[in-house]
Amino acid sequence: MVSSEVLIKAHDLTKKFGNLTAVDHIDFEVHKGECVGFLGPNGAGKTTTVRMIYCFLPLTEGELSVAGMGVAEKSREIKSMVGVAPQEDNLDPDFTVIKNLLVYARYFDIPKAEASKRAKAQLKFFQLQEKQDVLISELSAGMKRRLILARALINEPQILLLDEPTTGLDPQARHLVWDEVRALRRRGVTIILTTHYMDEAAALCDMVLIMDNGKIIEQGQPAELVKKHVGEDVLEVDNDEKLVQTLKAEFPDARFETFGDRVHVFTTQPHGVFERFVEKYPFKSVTIRNANLEDVFLKLTGRKLRE
Amino acid sequence: MTKSGDSQSSFKLPKLTYRVWKVWRRNFDVFTKTIRVNFLPPVLEPILYLVALGLGLGTFVTSIEGLSYIQFIAPALVAIAIMYGSFFECTYSSFVRMYFQKTFDAIIATPVSVEEVIAGELVWGATRATINAVIVLAVVAAFGLVSSPLFILTPLLAFFGGLMFGAIGMCFTALAQNIDFFNYPSFLLITPMFLLSGTFFPLSSLPSPVQTAALAVLPLTHVANLTRGLVLGKIDTFLNLSTEATLLLSIVWISVVTVVFFILSINLMKKKLIK
Repeated sequence: MVSSEVLIKAHDLTKKFGNLTAVDHIDFEVHKGECVGFLGPNGAGKTTTVRMIYCFLPLTEGELSVAGMGVAEKSREIKSMVGVAPQEDNLDPDFTVIKNLLVYARYFDIPKAEASKRAKAQLKFFQLQEKQDVLISELSAGMKRRLILARALINEPQILLLDEPTTGLDPQARHLVWDEVRALRRRGVTIILTTHYMDEAAALCDMVLIMDNGKIIEQGQPAELVKKHVGEDVLEVDNDEKLVQTLKAEFPDARFETFGDRVHVFTTQPHGVFERFVEKYPFKSVTIRNANLEDVFLKLTGRKLRE
Repeated sequence: MTKSGDSQSSFKLPKLTYRVWKVWRRNFDVFTKTIRVNFLPPVLEPILYLVALGLGLGTFVTSIEGLSYIQFIAPALVAIAIMYGSFFECTYSSFVRMYFQKTFDAIIATPVSVEEVIAGELVWGATRATINAVIVLAVVAAFGLVSSPLFILTPLLAFFGGLMFGAIGMCFTALAQNIDFFNYPSFLLITPMFLLSGTFFPLSSLPSPVQTAALAVLPLTHVANLTRGLVLGKIDTFLNLSTEATLLLSIVWISVVTVVFFILSINLMKKKLIK
């Protein structure tokens, strides 16, 4: 599905707010049909990057083009082909659910009959039909997120920008959103999402870019990044000195990371080495699990809180 | 940014398209939803003023240039409705939409530009002023206080006067860090204007330096005097100016200030919204 055609291209992209450099000379490419995830701690520059893509923020330095058009020169053309689901709730509290979609459609010059058709279809998909005539203040947080997504799709965008699309959602609503993202990807929509959830990025993204302090510090396919940085398996044990000594003797190349009263052991050796160890030394409280994107993320960005 | 660059960008001519209308339409849709409550203040307020000041206080006032007191204040109530209608729409209401509801952010993500959002808000403010002015005019007419066929031009004056007050208000919105900030322009600008712009007593009764100052800096003096012209067919003259010169002065003053503040407010709001 992913074509070789580059749809979004950033070169030396930089955004400064006064003395703060939010996005620091980054380069990236998004291909048509791709789902790309921007990962990073709070304040990494993900949202700022997304806001530059939909022409909300002007660039400080560098170049950014969408479908071959510069964001500064062709903002109207770009905005008409992009759907945006922002992080914060900016639904219109003065209107009902369906009116939110209809008024939004008007900003895109979508004719009334067509807008009404699309609005109903979106409400159906996001299971908001019964709520179509209630005011926004009567919706739950999950319903608001779903309505924001429905609104982002009203102009049938070629590019969808999802800024933390599932933050605050319950698992049911989260999976509904994931299903929709996958369905859109199958239809060839290019998707950029930012998220704090590594399972979300792993489940949805063809490609992830990990940002920290305004820079892209790593990028690649989720599975490849996991293999490259943390291997295949992770062994978790209680933080017991004797046990750790034994492990260190057994796995001299392994990386040990202490996290509270648990120790995580990462190895570059192939799948199965931890199982053999556990058979040999049957300690209690030992867990072997698959390495995941969260391990990569924490390795690269550290465990220190950012805010 | 250099100082000259700043002033250049503050008076840059905004690029506007038909999309201004879509922002106007959004506000109009909200207005029609709550139409009954929107009509209450402009109907009740002038009745209270006409009864309390016109009929009550007015019995103690000798005639002003051949007009009874109630006749004198009636057109001013229309002018005040113009001022309140758009100034409060483009300060408190616009601020709520911008800051609390994030409505502007949502619209800017569509093909509508930030300049068009603000222009739409200003044109809507002018529309509110026009609606309120027409309602007050109807109340004034019901009291039998309209005596010139020129009254038919009142909506036109209300729209442009409304655009001026709205644009001035929008500049304060661009400067506001929080909603309480609007207490400053409300009490330091709007309330003095309400009382001192030839509204409840003729400006020409004040010393000429005060008249000059009022004419120079208080937009309502011009709007109130022109409204009086439309409703009664005669205007107050100041500083030995002829009727024609006074008319011309007020029309030019309103036009210039409207254009300047319209452009300035859009640029200031753009700077506030787009970092």
